[in-house]
Amino acid sequence: MKRTITLTVNGAPRQLTVEDHWLLSDVLREQLKLYGVREGCGTGVCGSCTVLVNGAPTASCLTLAARLDGARIETIEGLSQGPRLHPVQEAFLEERAFQCGYCTPGYILAVKALLEELPDADEEETKHYLAGNYCRCAGYQDILRAVQSARLKLAQPRAGATAS
Amino acid sequence: MAIDLEYSVIGKRVPRLDGLKKVTGRPIYTGDIELPGMLHAVLVRSPHPHARIVRVDKHRAERVPGVVAVVSGTDILNTPGVVDPWVGPVFKDQGILALDKARHIGDPVAAVVAESREAAEEARELVEVEYEPLPAVFDPVEACKPGAPLVHEVLRPSRAFADMAHVAEAGGTNICYHQKVRKGDVDAAFARADYIFEDIFTSPPAQHAPLEPHVTLAYIDEDDRITLWTATQSPSFVRVSTAGIFGVPLNRVRVIVPYLGAGYGSKLYAKLEPIAAYLAYITRRPVRIMLSRSEEFHIITKHQVVARYKLGVTKHGDIVAVEAENWWNTGAYAEIGPRVVHKSGYTSAGPYKFPNVKIDAYCVYTNNVPAGAFRGFGVPQVVWAYESMMDTAAHALGIDPLEFRLRHALDEGDEFATGTPMVSIGVKASLRKVAEAIGYTPPRPQRVPPGSGRVRGKAVACGVKAVLTPSISSAVVQMNADGSVTVLSSTVEMGQGSETALAQIAAEELGVPITKVRVHLPDTDVTPYDTITAGSRSTYHMGNAIRGAAKQIRDQLLAAAAEVLEANPADLVLRDERIYVRGAEERGLTIPQVFAAKLGALGTTLVGEHVFKTIADPLDHETGQSKKATEFWFSGATAAEVEVDTDTGQVQVLKFVAAADVGREVNPHHCEQQIAGAAILTLGLTFFEWMNVEQGQVTNASLLEYQLPSLKDVPPQLESVSVAVPHPDGPFGAKGVGESGTLSVQPTIANAIYNACGVRIRDLPITPEKVLRALHERARAHGAEVAPPAARQPAAVENAGATEVPE
Repeated sequence: MKRTITLTVNGAPRQLTVEDHWLLSDVLREQLKLYGVREGCGTGVCGSCTVLVNGAPTASCLTLAARLDGARIETIEGLSQGPRLHPVQEAFLEERAFQCGYCTPGYILAVKALLEELPDADEEETKHYLAGNYCRCAGYQDILRAVQSARLKLAQPRAGATAS
Repeated sequence: MAIDLEYSVIGKRVPRLDGLKKVTGRPIYTGDIELPGMLHAVLVRSPHPHARIVRVDKHRAERVPGVVAVVSGTDILNTPGVVDPWVGPVFKDQGILALDKARHIGDPVAAVVAESREAAEEARELVEVEYEPLPAVFDPVEACKPGAPLVHEVLRPSRAFADMAHVAEAGGTNICYHQKVRKGDVDAAFARADYIFEDIFTSPPAQHAPLEPHVTLAYIDEDDRITLWTATQSPSFVRVSTAGIFGVPLNRVRVIVPYLGAGYGSKLYAKLEPIAAYLAYITRRPVRIMLSRSEEFHIITKHQVVARYKLGVTKHGDIVAVEAENWWNTGAYAEIGPRVVHKSGYTSAGPYKFPNVKIDAYCVYTNNVPAGAFRGFGVPQVVWAYESMMDTAAHALGIDPLEFRLRHALDEGDEFATGTPMVSIGVKASLRKVAEAIGYTPPRPQRVPPGSGRVRGKAVACGVKAVLTPSISSAVVQMNADGSVTVLSSTVEMGQGSETALAQIAAEELGVPITKVRVHLPDTDVTPYDTITAGSRSTYHMGNAIRGAAKQIRDQLLAAAAEVLEANPADLVLRDERIYVRGAEERGLTIPQVFAAKLGALGTTLVGEHVFKTIADPLDHETGQSKKATEFWFSGATAAEVEVDTDTGQVQVLKFVAAADVGREVNPHHCEQQIAGAAILTLGLTFFEWMNVEQGQVTNASLLEYQLPSLKDVPPQLESVSVAVPHPDGPFGAKGVGESGTLSVQPTIANAIYNACGVRIRDLPITPEKVLRALHERARAHGAEVAPPAARQPAAVENAGATEVPE
């Protein structure tokens, strides 16, 4: 059955007509042309299609769009403000925590969620949180360094805010 | 080395040119490209491992709204314009779709093309195929026996590559390739050996699992040309292969390769391109075909191998003979199996000085999913066997396995098993590096009974691979009047960082910053021929091609500047975008000034072009002997410390060190990423990755059941080390690096487990069940015997015809 839903996608309200069985990944890619959402496994295992739904990292390849009326969706396309990168993107760039780049958008979004949810996660918690995102090129050491670097970047303004 | 100071870009941790794109999700991958009127295709796959296709009933499928065409093999055979429906890089044995019979479960027998993927998928269920099942064969050893069902009745060589020019037309056998090496006299050597060790090691089929699945978009352009956007590692082969299907000139096919969501060998040669091109040809509309993850398990795999090894050793610890007999399960289509068996076959004795060698490696058709190249081109499967054997023999003789390796390992000028003198070989250097980094001490394996808690062990292993030879890389380099540079190369950027590394080479040669260099991604309309992006060959081959092409521009610039400066070109330096007289830096010109002097108009260009072609002395068909088997060797060594839980069989890698002889690091960060990435990928294949295949049916064809290594599987300590034994002909001394980190991972782990608890695992992957079972079996065999003291008895049996290797 077709139904109309409203999603806030990367800050902008979008009204969409979707079939009940349509997947969020397909809707984002095919209707909204957000190609940073990458499908890797179709079973919610690899993490390539990760987007943030109301802030939570979500396998968009397993999520029905029709059930998300009113939800807030973030994709990689919404992360940077013009030429200004999000601190997590900056960290991935500086630590070169990417190779083929296919897992990178999902990874960056998962790290963003991790650092918002558990800003003080230790290495074990970090690994556990991110175990649902595969990098087949296995740049995991670089990714861990990028998480650490992003954590520091995000902590700085917070520390500043507390001080003022 | 003082010479390093002369390089401005080579050897530097230059940021990747694709970085900003990749962290913002902007790279365009093949599956992102949409064209107006684009159709979607899906494949109907055989449920039988071996069956004659009797009839394909398309009627119900054709009636599904949105379906544009349903095609079978028969339709392809009857299509005017298709002059050769058979493809394959070594043998033309695979139809665009199955043309006569289905040869494996998942073999595409029909295709549906529709306005939407949904419609195509709905119609796929309605295609009715009538099969006549045939006897099938799955085991590569069984498939070699007389009377085994024949997968192919005749074999026609495709002659696409010079290194495979020697394959013969054949029929009546499932053995599609046989690599032999005969050096010295193994029979006489075994007769005088004091000890003989013989064992069988197996490797299972596995998945490359790049996160981007296979995907191709084909269309017929406004000039009636066949254009393919495709996720391939071999654009030049795809072009010639597609042109061959339709019998059209090469310039009537255009192959464009965007960034690849990785390949690891899975996206080589022709995969979805033939059927996509065919569907575009008949519908005259753009057609996209993209595999689901479960279909990925039915297109290409890593070769399953059964490897029988026999070593003859004197009581003094000299290895006098090695014999290897290896069966490679290449599945239903040869694909690149013969090259895999050739390249790994002739290195099956390892990087050692062995006077007497006999190798037989068989590439065998079976009714399984085709197997191809997988990061390492088959070499990891033979290293698994020979490095396990090396430890077995060393322990039996009471010799330190590291010492045993160093004693036999090849040095510069030593002869390989093929009789080839070694040039630029870093095996010993790599072994010493990893041993030092792991804190190696000679192991004292204990017979630890199951249930004795956790025990630790350290071990090393090494391997060598020969780069594909002969092969060709061509490049065109264009410098613009402002000093910016465009490199035209068909090397595919699949994550390895070729775009950046090749730009570094061009920048170094032309004295410009890397930010002024742009490397064009493959597009056969503009980028010239390259054999393949695989086998750790691109830095060396494409690097040399680009360097050669850049040198032509450089020579032109220097000649023009010499005239203006009234200097000898040989006295000029090109660096930092200026040409100046050596020793008199103020006497110089900027690159734009040289262009102005030479050409005198805005926006002019200078172009250089170079074809870099390597040559081999083809291996003798009967003996495998060759004065020059390969253009270069690249070796790797690994060391591990593991902890084995003897209660559960669980093995944890505490520390892992991987070293690769890269010749020279063009970009140290890329080398680290390649070496560490290769190690992690191969640790997955060591412990938990394998395709479970029963009677040709893959039973774990999804990433839910086929697990890949995650962050949690990375050893707590993982170190990658570049060893630099420069190659005299490499660009700035560089060799290759993509595969080196994979070579010896698996036997390193098995050896470390042996050193920890005294059991030897011979069948990959090394699961807790196997370790625990081995511990229990060993305990049963030795009754209530308690682990012996540290000084062990030599375990080998005297040479009295016995072949069992006791623990």
